[in-house]
Amino acid sequence: MNSLPPEIVVVGGSAGSVSVIIQLLEQLPQDFPFALVLVIHRQKSVPSEMDKVLGFSSNIEVIEPNDKDFVRANRIYLAPQNYHLLIEQDRTFSLDYSEAIYYSRPAIDPAFESAADVYGSRAMGILLSGANQDGSQGLAYLVQQGGRAIVQEPQSCEFPAMPLAGLQVVPQAEVAKPAELINRLFSL
Amino acid sequence: MNDGIDILPHEIDEIIQVIREQYGYDFIDYSRASFTRRVKHCMQRAGLKTMYELRYHLINEASFFAWFLQTLTVNVTEMFRDPVFYRQLRETVIPRLASYPIIKIWHAGCATGEEVYSMAILLKEAGLLDRTRIYATDINPANLEKARKGIIPLNAMKEYTANYTRSGGTEDFSSYYEAHPDHVVIRPELLQKVVFSQHNLVTDQMFNEFQLICCRNVLIYFNKNLQNRVLRLLYDSLVPLGYLALGMKESLLFMDIQAEFESINESSKIFRRKH
Repeated sequence: MNSLPPEIVVVGGSAGSVSVIIQLLEQLPQDFPFALVLVIHRQKSVPSEMDKVLGFSSNIEVIEPNDKDFVRANRIYLAPQNYHLLIEQDRTFSLDYSEAIYYSRPAIDPAFESAADVYGSRAMGILLSGANQDGSQGLAYLVQQGGRAIVQEPQSCEFPAMPLAGLQVVPQAEVAKPAELINRLFSL
Repeated sequence: MNDGIDILPHEIDEIIQVIREQYGYDFIDYSRASFTRRVKHCMQRAGLKTMYELRYHLINEASFFAWFLQTLTVNVTEMFRDPVFYRQLRETVIPRLASYPIIKIWHAGCATGEEVYSMAILLKEAGLLDRTRIYATDINPANLEKARKGIIPLNAMKEYTANYTRSGGTEDFSSYYEAHPDHVVIRPELLQKVVFSQHNLVTDQMFNEFQLICCRNVLIYFNKNLQNRVLRLLYDSLVPLGYLALGMKESLLFMDIQAEFESINESSKIFRRKH
C-alpha cells in the first residue's frame, strides 16, 4: 500500500451512486488536501443541474470544469455532461466528445486511466453502485500504475453490477460501505 | 479501453513524427491524453497489439493511414447539439446577421455535418438562407463525403427532433428531410448554399472573412499552444463584430486572444470580436 496520501481521488458512479456521493460530500471536511473528481453517468442531452444538487450537500462548490482548467487540490470537480473527462500531464483537464462508452459520456474508465497516467501512486479510484461494467478496466489500470482502488461493498449497492465487475478485475481492491468511505479517503 | 495496449510517451512522439513526415498531418500539439486514447482506440479496432505493428502499417500502407485518420479524429456530432446554444443563436445572433447583404458562416471542424444542417434550418426559418454562404470544413475527407450526402440514420431522429424543439423550433421538423425505411435524407435545397471542403486548422491558412464562425468541440483536442494559434486564425477570419461560437465547455480564459473578444452569452460560449 502507498505511504503517501492521494493527490487526486476519482469517484465513478452510475445508477444508485448519487445518494452515496451526497453522503460522502456531507462528511467531507473543508480542508481536504486532494482534488476530488466525480464521474457520474448521466442521461444524455437532458438538462442537468447535478452540480447544484451536489453542491448543496457540500460546504465546497462543485465545479464542472472547462477544457484546460487546472486541476487543483481542495476542489470538487464534476465531469460535465456529454464529455469524457481526461487529465493532461500538466495537470489540466481535457474534455473529449468521442463515442459514449457503455452508453455513457462521461464514462468512468477514461477518467481513471488518465488520472493514473498523470498521478501514478498518488491516484485513488473509487467505484460505486451502477448497473454496467464501466470503470473496472480503468480501475485495473490505475492499480497497475500504483494507485489505490476502493470499491463500494456490493451488498450496500442499489445496483451491484459495477462494483462486482470491478472486484472481478481488481480482486485486491479495498471494499467499503458508504459510511466507511470518508475514513478511507484519509487513511494511509 | 485498456485491453493490454500500453503506449509510452516517446512511442506516441514517434508515431506523430511518422505521420508528419509521410502524410503531412501534424498532431504534435494535440491534447496528449485524448490523442493517446484515440490511438489506442484505433489499435483496438485494427487488432494491433504493439506500437511496432502500428508503425509498420502506417509506414507501409497508405490505405491504412486513410482508415487510421478517419478513426483517429472524433466524428461524433448531432443535430441541434446543445439546444440551449441553438436557442441563443436563434434569438441573439441570427437577427444581427440579417443586416448583412450576404451572410458568410464558417463551420470549422464540421465532422459529418449535422450542425451545418441545423444552421441551415435556422437560417431558413429566419428567411436568410437564400443570401447565406456556409463554408463547412473538416480535416477528414470521409466526413465531408458523408456530410454532403445529408444522410442520417433513422434511429437518431427522435433525439434530433427533441433537440430541435428545445432549441425553440416550432415548424414540423419532418418537413426538413425525406424519410426512408432506415435513414432520412436532409432536403437538398437546405444544402444548396453549403460548400463542404477540406481544411486543416493546424496547417492551413485563413481563406475568407465571416460574420459567424462555429468551431464547437474542436479546440478541446488541441493543447493550449495550438488552441492559441487556431484562435488567432479564427479571429483573423472574422469581420469586426463577427461572432465566434465554441463548445459548451470551451473557454477563452487562458487564451492570448481573450481580450480581443467580448462574451455575448457566457453559458452558451458565444463570443464577439471587438474591433
